[in-house]
Amino acid sequence: MSRITVTVDGTKYEEEVEPRLLLVHFLRDRLGRTGTPIGCDTSNCGACTVLMDGRSVKSCSVLAVQADGSDILTIEGLAEHGTLHPMQRAFHEEHALQCGYCTPGMILASIDLIQDNPDPSEDEIRSGLEGNLCRCTGYSNIVRAVRKGAQEMGATP
Amino acid sequence: MSTTEAEIGRARRRKEDARLITGRTQWTDNIQLPGMLHVAFLRSPMAHARIIRVDVSAAKGQPGVVAVFSGQDFGDEQGSLPCAWPVTEDIVIPDHPPMATSTVRYVGEAVACVIATDRYKAADALDAIEIDYEPLPAVLDMNEALAEGATPVHEGGNKSFTWKFGTGDAEAAFRDAPVVIERTYVQQRLIPSAMEPRAVVAQTDGDSFIVHSATQIPHILRVMLAATTGIPEHKIRVIAPDVGGGFGSKLQVTAEEVLTLLISKRLGRPVKWTESRSEGNLTVHHGRDQIQRISLAASADGVLRGVKVDLLADMGAYLMLVTPGIPLLGAFMYTGVYKMDAYDFTCTGVFTTKMPTDAYRGAGRPEATYAIERAMDELAHEIGVDPLEIRRRNWIKHEEFPYATAGGLTYDSGNYEAATDRAMALFGYDKLRAEQADRRDRNDPVQLGIGVSTYTEMCGLAPSRVLGSLRYAAGGWEHATIRMLPTGKVEVVTGTSPHGQGHETAWSQIVADSLGVPFDDVAVLHGDTASSPRGMDTYGSRSLVVGGIAVLQACEKVKENAKQVAAHLLECAPEDLEFTDGAFRVRGTEAAKTIQEIALATFAAHDLPEGFEPQLDAGSTFDPEAFSFPHGTHLCAIEVDTETGESKIRSYVAVDDIGNVINPLIVEGQVHGGIAQGIAQALYEEAVYDSDGNLLTTTMADYLIPSAADLPDFTTARTVTPATSNPLGVKGVGEAGTIASTPAVVNALVDALSPYGIRDVAMPCTPERVWRAIQGGTS
Repeated sequence: MSRITVTVDGTKYEEEVEPRLLLVHFLRDRLGRTGTPIGCDTSNCGACTVLMDGRSVKSCSVLAVQADGSDILTIEGLAEHGTLHPMQRAFHEEHALQCGYCTPGMILASIDLIQDNPDPSEDEIRSGLEGNLCRCTGYSNIVRAVRKGAQEMGATP
Repeated sequence: MSTTEAEIGRARRRKEDARLITGRTQWTDNIQLPGMLHVAFLRSPMAHARIIRVDVSAAKGQPGVVAVFSGQDFGDEQGSLPCAWPVTEDIVIPDHPPMATSTVRYVGEAVACVIATDRYKAADALDAIEIDYEPLPAVLDMNEALAEGATPVHEGGNKSFTWKFGTGDAEAAFRDAPVVIERTYVQQRLIPSAMEPRAVVAQTDGDSFIVHSATQIPHILRVMLAATTGIPEHKIRVIAPDVGGGFGSKLQVTAEEVLTLLISKRLGRPVKWTESRSEGNLTVHHGRDQIQRISLAASADGVLRGVKVDLLADMGAYLMLVTPGIPLLGAFMYTGVYKMDAYDFTCTGVFTTKMPTDAYRGAGRPEATYAIERAMDELAHEIGVDPLEIRRRNWIKHEEFPYATAGGLTYDSGNYEAATDRAMALFGYDKLRAEQADRRDRNDPVQLGIGVSTYTEMCGLAPSRVLGSLRYAAGGWEHATIRMLPTGKVEVVTGTSPHGQGHETAWSQIVADSLGVPFDDVAVLHGDTASSPRGMDTYGSRSLVVGGIAVLQACEKVKENAKQVAAHLLECAPEDLEFTDGAFRVRGTEAAKTIQEIALATFAAHDLPEGFEPQLDAGSTFDPEAFSFPHGTHLCAIEVDTETGESKIRSYVAVDDIGNVINPLIVEGQVHGGIAQGIAQALYEEAVYDSDGNLLTTTMADYLIPSAADLPDFTTARTVTPATSNPLGVKGVGEAGTIASTPAVVNALVDALSPYGIRDVAMPCTPERVWRAIQGGTS
């Protein structure tokens, strides 16, 4: 067992973990932070995407021990004091989700994408989100939402 | 006249989103209960083998392991997984134990399970289970399976059933026909791939059970769990919490649901099972997998005389809930939107040593539509006319509705001309044809193809009497109850079970208009057999067309009840009242009572009409008289790099006619997602088994679900020809995109390759297959 200290959505946790424990299982099973879902076991789908020290990672391909000392932001911590993040609002407004299972990962991956490229083209959004799969929407509305979210993130730095 | 804006037809943002975009969702795998145990299944590594010896003793001693069971440990208690659609009297329905007891018949079949204190420990202990198998030959090819001397998957051979249907005199239609087109198409096996893997949580208080499952069918599941396990129905409550997509794959009664329940019963503790994606690719039922031989007979100018279809449908190793019925759902659709004198259909269900097939988005209808729409392009090519022209010569004209088709159905309404004209305008059809001609003239290495699909489908499953005549075990009705709460808020209890479709929003819109209450004052309850005891669940584009009508009818009953109270309070006759903007008004006066006032007065029950029961609530069960028939025209332009075989969809236009629309935003989303899944079949996805029966596409790295980078933007529009078979004039939209798009894309691809003498490419049309076709075509 290893002792790790991780901040998740603003709360600091000190936990003993098995070295093999995946970050996503640590979040879900240990901390009860079940907003981050699991969609595959080969890091293809991106449903489990979280921000680790500000950058998107697939939490199924990070060990909990690798997250020692880091700051994790999940979908549950994204809205501040009940105010939705512009990207959350854009996904709602543009009907960019149906079953919603990919949505937490899709929103966090989109935020990371906008950090690198504040005004992406449609093609840049499509290739930027290649690692996040959605089975419901056909992506058209996701692309629209990310453009809208990007504009609003730019407007409210 | 209403003075408030109608909710029906409005692009309401969804109520469901609030929890989905903030991670407050209740997925089945989120459930954690005190003392909960975790199940892991050991699965067969062999496609076909006898189980000689099972030794679980070493696994039992592993850390955290509470119990280990093999199939024998459950014996008769585990029952046989149900098939609810025995399509013929002489159909062979093999015994299907949830955990194999003596023989395994596909890779992935459960043979033993470990129950442990956490999911890691359960998985660890699987390694300590010892099983000896005696291999038997794998049976993978349907034609070989039916051949003399083939290894039987089950005693009695590899044919499950042969089902025939026909109208008119097909032999006469084909005799001396000037043009006969005969083609064979392969519907490759697909993996539905809902983003949420399956999960089950079962808990018990001693003699009753709660089963949470990521299912589309909590109501059907409850009945079937009772029938399979012998636990009485009233002792089982099934809850489908938030469910992350289904596409037919969660329209099933699975081994894991039955076993998780039985394990909870045996151990007296809450038990959870959650599948991994690779486990799911092996063991969530697959879709399609048919070999279609289709023949068209036509006059010299391409007017259809008749269609014949001979189908082999791969059942896989067992018949699951509606496995044999899937090809039947397509049987009536091979005549498409076209007129003809005769139609003949034969289908044989074949056992192989692969995962069973069952419903996948469209379920039988995408297959049928693909075959007829591909074959119509061949007919157009044969007689040298544009694919749209061949369709115009043959389709049912707007003024000919209602129309009794050779497929045995009566289409109530449609306007193929309007949808096609609209699609052509949006697409820029003539301009793209001109560009195509130019590229052909220039021998451009990047060729342009244009593909057409003028589809229709049958939706709104289903009139119960029709299901009965097809030997399906259940009905096709749907139920809704409206509860008027004392404060004037409204609860809708629906028997539909949404998993992404937005029923909470759409049903609220129907209720808001009908009862004149604010959209935000309506809550929709679903997916729990305790709160919603009656229902037939969600699949087959049925929810609005059947369940939505039940909601509307229940509202009407509530208003009838409320009207009596209103008349009493307003001291008038009920006939003197009109209902507008959520209030009963005495005609010609200012006197009025709002529905909320009446709800409160009924709750208080101080002053009600003589003999009136103090409640307004009402339920309604709607059983449709007929199917509905969405239709549309999809056009696809694809660029094919003839040097690499790579193809890229340049533009895609979908004009769908799904009748009246409750929420255009939700409709557009359904169309987009449907198109994407149809494109995926055309270009990307295939479940591949090797010659030993091992599934090679067990992960999302091997089974290519398209990403945003693989798909184009879609242009969508609608024409509106209301259905005449229900009071809302709605038709259903869940499957339309998938049904339409696969043939549109492949027709486009083949059109691009036509100058190379290529008239078909097997799906999925990968760059390699396209490149090889070009090499073969030009060499």
